[in-house]
Amino acid sequence: MMDNENKDKRIPLLIADHLIYEYEGGADRVRALDDVSFKIEKGEFIGLIGHTGSGKSTLAEHLNALLTPKSGTIYFNGESIFEKKYDRKRYRGHVGLVFQYPEHQLFADTVFEDVCYGPLNNGVSRKQAELTAYETIKKVGLSDECFYQSPFDLSGGQKRRAAIAGVLAMKPELLVLDEPTAGLDPAGREELLHMISGLKDEKSMSIVLISHSMEDVARYADRIMVMDKGKKVFDAEPIEVFSHAKELEEMGLAVPAVTSVMLKLKEKGFDVNTGILNVKDAADEIMRVLGDKA
Amino acid sequence: MDIVEINSLTFDYIRRDEEGNVEGITTAVDDLTLSVKPGEFIAVLGHNGSGKSTMARHINAMLMPTEGNVLVKGMNTRNSEKHLDIRKCAGMVFQNPDNQIVGQLVEEDVAFGPENLGVPADEIRARVDESLKAVGMYAYRKNDPVKLSGGQKQRVSIAGVTAMHPDCIIFDEPTAMLDPAGRKDVIETAKKLNREGITIILITHYMEEVTGADRVIVMNKGKAVMEGTPKEIFSRVPELKALRLTVPQVTELAWELKQRGLDIPAGILTEAELIAAIRGNARNDG
Repeated sequence: MMDNENKDKRIPLLIADHLIYEYEGGADRVRALDDVSFKIEKGEFIGLIGHTGSGKSTLAEHLNALLTPKSGTIYFNGESIFEKKYDRKRYRGHVGLVFQYPEHQLFADTVFEDVCYGPLNNGVSRKQAELTAYETIKKVGLSDECFYQSPFDLSGGQKRRAAIAGVLAMKPELLVLDEPTAGLDPAGREELLHMISGLKDEKSMSIVLISHSMEDVARYADRIMVMDKGKKVFDAEPIEVFSHAKELEEMGLAVPAVTSVMLKLKEKGFDVNTGILNVKDAADEIMRVLGDKA
Repeated sequence: MDIVEINSLTFDYIRRDEEGNVEGITTAVDDLTLSVKPGEFIAVLGHNGSGKSTMARHINAMLMPTEGNVLVKGMNTRNSEKHLDIRKCAGMVFQNPDNQIVGQLVEEDVAFGPENLGVPADEIRARVDESLKAVGMYAYRKNDPVKLSGGQKQRVSIAGVTAMHPDCIIFDEPTAMLDPAGRKDVIETAKKLNREGITIILITHYMEEVTGADRVIVMNKGKAVMEGTPKEIFSRVPELKALRLTVPQVTELAWELKQRGLDIPAGILTEAELIAAIRGNARNDG
C-alpha cells in the first residue's frame, strides 16, 4: 500500500494516542473525543465520516493543534506535539487545515498575493514565496488569467481552489480538508477531488478528507475512519466499512447508492457480491449474475 | 393565476476594480421566462455561476431585475410597497443554517418572522407550535438551537419560514452542509410541505434530491436550457455531463446496464424501479 513499506520500517507520519477531549455543555460535560487512537502513514488518503456532532471536526482541530486534548497526545514524526517545548507554530506549517468554505478566508487584492501570504509569513524569501505561489496556483488548476484577478471575482469553484492553493503553498506533509466540496457543482466536486488525490501520488502528501458524501470517500480513500458519539467506531478499507450498512444507517450515515442496490438485490435472492462501491463494478457484477442464470 | 411569473428577466451586475472603475458587465440571468403553478414542486439544477441563485433572489425581491419583470401572486417585485407581502408569500431557506438562526430557544427563533410581520401574540404561539410540528421539531421547542445537528437546524429554519404562512418556499441548496440523515430529513420535510399545498422551488447540486420533483429546470449561462420531468431530464445523460452536471448513481447504473444490452427503460430514478427492471431481465432469461 505504501511506497516505502519494504524499504525501512519507518514510523508513521502521525499517531493519535488515546485522545480524550471534553467541553462544558450546560450542566454536564460532553465528551467530544472519547479515547480515539489511529495512525496516518505517509501518502495515505483517509476519509473521515460521521454525522454532525460525531466529533470529526473536533478531531480535525486536534490534528492542527488548535485544540489540546484533556489526555492522550499526537505524535508527529515521532514527537509529541502537545509537549511544552514543541514548536506548534512550525507544526501548523506541516499540517494544512482547509476549513469549510475556505474562500471566506481569502483577503488579498490578487490571487497571487493571497497565495504568497503563507510562505512569506513563514519567513521564506519573496522570490521563493512567489515561485511556490506560481507552482501551487498552477497545481490547483487555475488558469493564468486568474493570477492577478481579485479572488472575489472568481467563480465559486475557482475561489475554493485559490483558498486551497494558499494552504498548499505552505507545503504541508498532512492536508486536512473539512467538506471541501460543499456547494460545488458535480463537475467541480470531481475536479477538486481528483486534484487532491493527485497530491498524494505526486508529493506523497497524506490526506484526511472529512466528507458527508459516501460516494466521494468510497471512490478516493485508501482507508475510512467512522466517528460516532466521539468514538472511532470503524477504521478500515472502504469495502470493509461499507459492508456495515445497518450500523452506518443507525449512525445517520449511509452506503453509496450502488452498494445499496447490490444489498437489495441480494435480499431479493440474487447471488451478488455486495462489496461493490462504483457503477462499473456494479454493472459487471449484475451482468455476471444474470449471465449465470441464463 | 401562477404563483411565480418570471417574464424575460435579465440581471446584469457591474464589476469594478479597487478604485471603483467599471471593469465590465456580467449577465447573471439572461432573458429568462418561467412560470410556476400553485402547488408545484420545481427543482432547479445548474453548475456554479449558472444563475440559479440570482434568479431565486429575484422571487422574494432581494434583487431587482435589470430588464423584465417578476410577479409573485400577481405582485410585481418592482413595487417596493409590496415587498413585505411578497416576502410573506415567498419565503427562502439558505445553505448555511448557522447564518439563519437568531433566537436563544428554538421556539423564539421560529417566532422571529411572524413577530416582525406584526402577528398578534396568541396567534404567534399557535403558528410556532404548528410550524414546529410540521417539520418534526416540536419536541425541541425549548432547546438551544446552536446545539442541534445541521439537519435539525435547517428544519428550524424551515419552521421559521412556514410560520409566516407562505404560499411558496424557495430552498437555495439547503442540504449542501448536511450529513446523509440530515439531507434526507430536509428533503422529506420539503416534500411534506408540498403535499400540504405549499409550492416548492428547490435549488440543489444533489441529483438524487430532484427525483421527486414535478418539473426540473436546468440553467446554463443565465438561461433555462432544459426543462422536463425528472425522467425526461435524467434520460439525457450526455447533455447533463456537458453542462457540468451528472445523474443520480442509480440512474447511471441503469444507463450502464442498458448500454450492455439489458432491457432497461430510460430515465430510471429510484432503487425500486431499477431492481424491478433487473428482476424483469432475470425472468426473461430464465
